[in-house]
Amino acid sequence: MSELLHMFSYPFMQRALVVGVLVSLCAALLGVSLVLKRYSMIGDGLSHVGFGALAIASAFHLAPLAVTVPVVALAAVLLLRLSQNSRVNGDAAIALISSSALAVGVVTVSVTTGMNTEVSSYMFGSVLALSRADAALSVALSLAVLALFLLFYPRIFAVTFDETFSRATGVRAGAYNSLLAVLTAVTVVLGMRMMGALLISSLIIFPALSAMRLCRSFKGVVLFAAAVSVCCFTAGLIASYFLETPTGASIVLADLLVFALCSLARRK
Amino acid sequence: MAILECTGARFAYDGVSVLEDVNFRLEQGDYLCVVGENGSGKSTLVKGLLGLKQPDAGRIVYGEGLKSTQIGYLPQQTGIQRDFPASVYEVVLSGCLNSLGRRLRYGPAERALAERNLERMGIEELRNKSYQALSGGQQQRVLLARALCATKKLLLLDEPVTGLDPIATGEMYNLIKLVNLCDNITVVMVSHDIHEAVRYATHILHLGHRQLFFGTAAEYRESSLARRFLGGNRL
Repeated sequence: MSELLHMFSYPFMQRALVVGVLVSLCAALLGVSLVLKRYSMIGDGLSHVGFGALAIASAFHLAPLAVTVPVVALAAVLLLRLSQNSRVNGDAAIALISSSALAVGVVTVSVTTGMNTEVSSYMFGSVLALSRADAALSVALSLAVLALFLLFYPRIFAVTFDETFSRATGVRAGAYNSLLAVLTAVTVVLGMRMMGALLISSLIIFPALSAMRLCRSFKGVVLFAAAVSVCCFTAGLIASYFLETPTGASIVLADLLVFALCSLARRK
Repeated sequence: MAILECTGARFAYDGVSVLEDVNFRLEQGDYLCVVGENGSGKSTLVKGLLGLKQPDAGRIVYGEGLKSTQIGYLPQQTGIQRDFPASVYEVVLSGCLNSLGRRLRYGPAERALAERNLERMGIEELRNKSYQALSGGQQQRVLLARALCATKKLLLLDEPVTGLDPIATGEMYNLIKLVNLCDNITVVMVSHDIHEAVRYATHILHLGHRQLFFGTAAEYRESSLARRFLGGNRL
C-alpha cells in the first residue's frame, strides 16, 4: 500500500493517472458506438495519422496537441466519408491512408532527429511524455468529449442502432457521425501520448467487445465498457510501474485478459 | 383534406429516372399496399415519402398537420443489425426521438408512450429482454412498437413480413390491420406478397418504373394487370 502511495507521489504518475482515467472513459464510450457501427478501423487509422502529425509537429518544434488534434479531426471526417462512400473501396482506402501517414511520420523523424527513443515513445507510448500543459489540455478535452457523449446519448443510440430510421425522424445522422468521428479523433490524440500510436485503438475496441459479451442492453454495454476501461487502465499502469513493463502494452494486456474472461463467462 | 398526396412525382439517380408519373392520394385511415417487382422503384418511393430523397419533378404533400418526420417507419430488416446489444425498451423508446425537439433527454411523456406501445404490441413481458435474443416475429413487433412511438397518423412499412414464418407473418398482418382499424392510422406498406396485400389493403399502388395502377383493392382485383401479376389465378 505504501509503495502504491509512493508511486503516485510522482507528479508525472499523478498526471498519467488523471489523464488516463478520463481518456479511458472517453475511449470506452465512443468505442461502443464505433464497434457497433463497424467503424473500428477508423480508430486504428486515426492513430496512424496521429503519429504522422505528431512527428511533423515535433520536427518543426510546434505544440504537439495543438497541431495533432485538428489534423486528426480532419482525417476523421475524411475517413468517415471514405468508409460511407460505396463507390470507393472504403476499408482499403483507410488502410492506404493510415500506412501512408505512418510512413510520413517515420521518414520525418528519421530525417530530423534520427530514429531514437522519441519514435519509440510515439509508437508505444510513455507516461513521461505528458507535460503539465498537455495534462491540463487533455483533462479539458476529455471532459468535453464526455459531456457531449452524455448530452447526445439518446440521439447517439438511435443513430448507432438504425441510421435510416433516425434520418426519417429528422435526426441529422450525418452530423452525429461526424461528431462521433471528431470526438474519437480527440480521444485518440490524447491517449496516443501515453498508449502509443500502435496501441491506442485497443483502448477503444477492447472494452466495448468485452462488454458486448456480457451485457444485453445498450446502457449496460456502455456502463460496463466504461468500468472495464478505467479498471484495466489503472491495473495496467500500476503493473507497469512495479514490473517495469511498458505502460501502453501492459494496459492492452489487462484489456485482453478481461476480454478473455468475459468470453469465457459468456460460454457458461 | 388528404393525409398524403403525390402529384406527378418523378425520382432519378444521377439523371437516370427510376420512377416517374406517380399520382395518388390517401385519406386518413386508408391502407395502401405498394406492390411491384424488384427494382420497380418501391424503395425509392419509400425514400421519397420519408423525405430522404427529393422528387426531381412533381411533389409529395402531407395533410392533416402531418410532417415527414412524424411518419412511423419500419425499415427493411437489412438496415438493422440483428446482433445489436439493446433492450426492447431502449429500442421502442428510441421511436420517440422526433418528439424530443430541442430537449436532450426523454421525459415522462415519452416513457409513457413507449410503455403504451409495448402493451399495444403485446410485448410488455419482453421489455427488458435483449433485442438480439428475440425471434424474427418478436423483433418485428418491437420495430412496429417503435414506429408507433414516432407517429399518430401514418405508418410506413417496408417489407414487414420478409423472413418471417407463416404464423408470425399472419400475426404481423393482423396487428397492422388492428392498428389501422382501431386507431385510424393510415398504413402504407411495401410488399412482395401481393396475395396478402390484396386481402388486407384498401388501396393498391402497382409500380414498374412508373405507376401502373392506383385504385381500391377491389378495382385492382378486376384489373388485367392484377390477373397477369397474380399468375392468372383470380382471387
